[in-house]
Amino acid sequence: MSGLRQEWEAEAPPRNCTLQDYQGVPARWCPGCGDHAVLNAVQQVARDKQLPPEKTVVVSGIGCSSRFPHYMKTYGFHGLHGRAFPVACGVRSRRPDLHMFVVTGDGDCCAIGTAHWIHTIRYNMDLTILLLDNNIYGLTKNQTSPTTRTGERSNTHPRGNVLPPLNPLSVTLGVTNASFVAQTIDWNPPHLYSTIRAAYEHKGTSFVRILQRCPHFTSHVFAAVQHDMSQVLLLTHDDGIPLEPSMQRLFPNRAAHDPHQLAAARAVAERDDVYPVGLLYRDERAARYDLQTSQGLGKSQAEKMAATEKWLSRYEI
Amino acid sequence: MSTTMADLEATPSASTVRVVDQHIVEIVSDSGEGAQTCGQMFADLVARNGNGIWTVEIIPAEIEPPSRSRAGASGNRIRLGSNPVTNAGDHADIVVALNEQVLYSRIDAGALHPGTIVFVDRTWAEHPDDEIRRRYQEAIEDFRRRGYTVIEAPIEAQCRQHTDDPRKGKNMWALGLLCAIYDLDAATVRENISRRFSRKGDAAIEKNLALFADGYDWTLANVQQRFRVPAHKHAQPMVVMNGNQALALGIMAAGIEVCSMYPITPATSASHFLANALQEAGGFVHQAEDEIAAIGFAIGCSYAGKTAVTITSGPGLALKTEFLGYAVMAEVPLVVIVVQRGGPSTGLPTKIEQGDLLAALYASPGDSPKIIIAPATIEECFHFVVTARRLAEDFRGPVMILSDANLATGQQPFPKPQLQSSWLAPPVEQAAWDQSVPPFAWDPETGLSRRPIPGQRGGEYVLTGLAHDEASHVAYESAINQKSMEMRSRKLAVLKSALHPPQVHGSAEGDLLVVGWGSTLGCIEEAVDQLRGEGHRVSSLHLRFLSPMEPGLKKIFERFRKVLTVEVNYSDPADAAFITPESRRYSQLSQLLRSQTLIDIDCWSQVPGSPIPPSRIVAELRRRLEMLRQES
Repeated sequence: MSGLRQEWEAEAPPRNCTLQDYQGVPARWCPGCGDHAVLNAVQQVARDKQLPPEKTVVVSGIGCSSRFPHYMKTYGFHGLHGRAFPVACGVRSRRPDLHMFVVTGDGDCCAIGTAHWIHTIRYNMDLTILLLDNNIYGLTKNQTSPTTRTGERSNTHPRGNVLPPLNPLSVTLGVTNASFVAQTIDWNPPHLYSTIRAAYEHKGTSFVRILQRCPHFTSHVFAAVQHDMSQVLLLTHDDGIPLEPSMQRLFPNRAAHDPHQLAAARAVAERDDVYPVGLLYRDERAARYDLQTSQGLGKSQAEKMAATEKWLSRYEI
Repeated sequence: MSTTMADLEATPSASTVRVVDQHIVEIVSDSGEGAQTCGQMFADLVARNGNGIWTVEIIPAEIEPPSRSRAGASGNRIRLGSNPVTNAGDHADIVVALNEQVLYSRIDAGALHPGTIVFVDRTWAEHPDDEIRRRYQEAIEDFRRRGYTVIEAPIEAQCRQHTDDPRKGKNMWALGLLCAIYDLDAATVRENISRRFSRKGDAAIEKNLALFADGYDWTLANVQQRFRVPAHKHAQPMVVMNGNQALALGIMAAGIEVCSMYPITPATSASHFLANALQEAGGFVHQAEDEIAAIGFAIGCSYAGKTAVTITSGPGLALKTEFLGYAVMAEVPLVVIVVQRGGPSTGLPTKIEQGDLLAALYASPGDSPKIIIAPATIEECFHFVVTARRLAEDFRGPVMILSDANLATGQQPFPKPQLQSSWLAPPVEQAAWDQSVPPFAWDPETGLSRRPIPGQRGGEYVLTGLAHDEASHVAYESAINQKSMEMRSRKLAVLKSALHPPQVHGSAEGDLLVVGWGSTLGCIEEAVDQLRGEGHRVSSLHLRFLSPMEPGLKKIFERFRKVLTVEVNYSDPADAAFITPESRRYSQLSQLLRSQTLIDIDCWSQVPGSPIPPSRIVAELRRRLEMLRQES
């Protein structure tokens, strides 16, 4: 611009996204619901990584936790019950430029969406999956979920759940090509934040199970854990989830765990005496399907027409 | 059989050549003996020659059925004509069978009639197994009793002079036989054989050429029957392919980059083609973990501003219906191809039926208005994909293409499409979005709106299958729900206003109007033409748009005394036990037409698992015309 001194002719100031830039309509989860904490953590990760909101997509299914995209001011896809994964894979298949989060619940992921869960882990596309596991169906009002503990009463099992709960960590670690599996808790914001951030930074499908309190139906389930942190085992390792000094005080139980050892990860996942918290497994070399599906994005119209013409000509008589 | 003997001419040998305007040939063998290759090569030759053709694959249900079994018959039917051929026709004029048992499967299917010339490999007459020899002799006698002209050809014995494995060579010998009978240019055939076997080396080429020549020479020396179907060289470049290949090429031509599918017969062969070809055009085929994931993946692509198709058949459609409803509700452009097969449930996987019209229209929760189109020819299979993509984007929602097993495996020549770069235009521009425009800024008159896609700054919104307002915010208010339902429905009325009334085949008025849709076009028109030739006042009309339907139907129907749909799906026969006008369940299109026009439209529909041949339609229409005559 004329009249301005040379040094003032700077480019537009770099864009600086604040937390507000990621905040959609006010969240309408129950007061005290663990989902609020996860939402805050995701927004903080987005801000700290300065993800352009228009380049960020949150995909979900159906359930309390699947309301998540509405509370973000990014692009969102609030889909069908159990079907967040195939939609997210479809988006990712041709859009390597986007930042993607998939939010699902224990009913959505571990019951109605089980087939997609298994295969999405195997596809290992670049997705950050957050399983908000409150051990219950909340939105439909208190039905047993696959992760409900034995003996817990619900509207569908008023005399108590007869089956042992499904373990989302060991199931995920049993899937060929799993590349990132972690567990965290909604009531420790620093660990929640660090875990989601590490999951976001992982290239491939990162699966984070979040133990999430439901104040309405399962408040007793994690209350005991919250008040007796000896029931939690903090996994520590240089390649694990970065830990703040405060966490050392809050988690009396700690164990060194190398996240590159699959057998050790499976063993930790299967412990039923404690909830392991931290990074169980990471494999950066796992095959990524999205690297295949995004090939050819740069083809010009002329190239596409030439290819079509070539195949069409084979049928010429 | 409407073969007309137009002419007789003498040939250098004692035999005479009958000139016919059309003929039907079948070649059948055990699975693995190459009858399909022979049939395809023969079809390719006559199509190149300038003949019209329609071919049908004869496919066994198993991959490796036992040899010499009726269930194991594999091969082709080729109907060739002087003019374009629109359907597989009625009875075969010539059948080449590599054993007598596979021929029985064609007899069971009603493919033969007295007078059919049957070539059977007589090697079985000398087989060391008594039982096989006995069954062969009994069959030959039976064939003669049935009135077939039986010619026992020493196929295997002749082939043994050129190959140690005649099982792999009889098909080329049979090709030589057919080429001699139809007086095709042997030099062209030899070129084709050389090209086809070029990858297998010179020895393979030589062997196959020798087998072909032997069959050709043997026929010239031993067979009196010769036919010529005069051909007209095509004035423009032509292609010949089946309906699934046409769909696949249409997908590429339409600039669709992702085909998301789960294996299901008879749709899957389109994906086989695309698995290679689409990658060269920069796209890919996603084989999903199930039918639901296949459509979900495609919806994800489309939401992200990319172009996607999902392709399936009836049982897969059943699984996809929840996501189809989502695509309607959230207004996600999507092309959904359904290659129909016999139902209900897993039904008849390899056989034709038009049973999914109502499922396509209604099988989603709530009111889910969507566009449904149905190609009637192989050529339309190609072009309708291009149309469907355009409609999906302009009208912001799913467009379903209903093909069927008859189109999927039938082959027909058609003018080679001229590819257009406009067909490939990206669906949306990536420029910034005007923040003041909501993601569902429904035009109050048309219901149409534009959509932002991820990456467009200012357009951030959350797509949802819940009731929502213009901003895509979840909204349960009565007025908003009423309005948004109206907006989604309005789009169909807008599309309908842009369509032309369908053309009537025949006169615009008369006694009987036959209405059809999909692959029955050729059979219906052939039947109507035959009856019109006899002076009957019958016409036909074929619908390509089924939702919304082409306009002006009531006016057209009112000019006929009776309107009758002919469909390959189930309806109760009007005169069966317990069936009254009140309890009778009508065929699918007739139900829709009755409700739309309030005209007492009748139906005649059958579920034979095969196309209804023109002769059966003629017979039924005759009956109907006679009923009308008696009424008046």
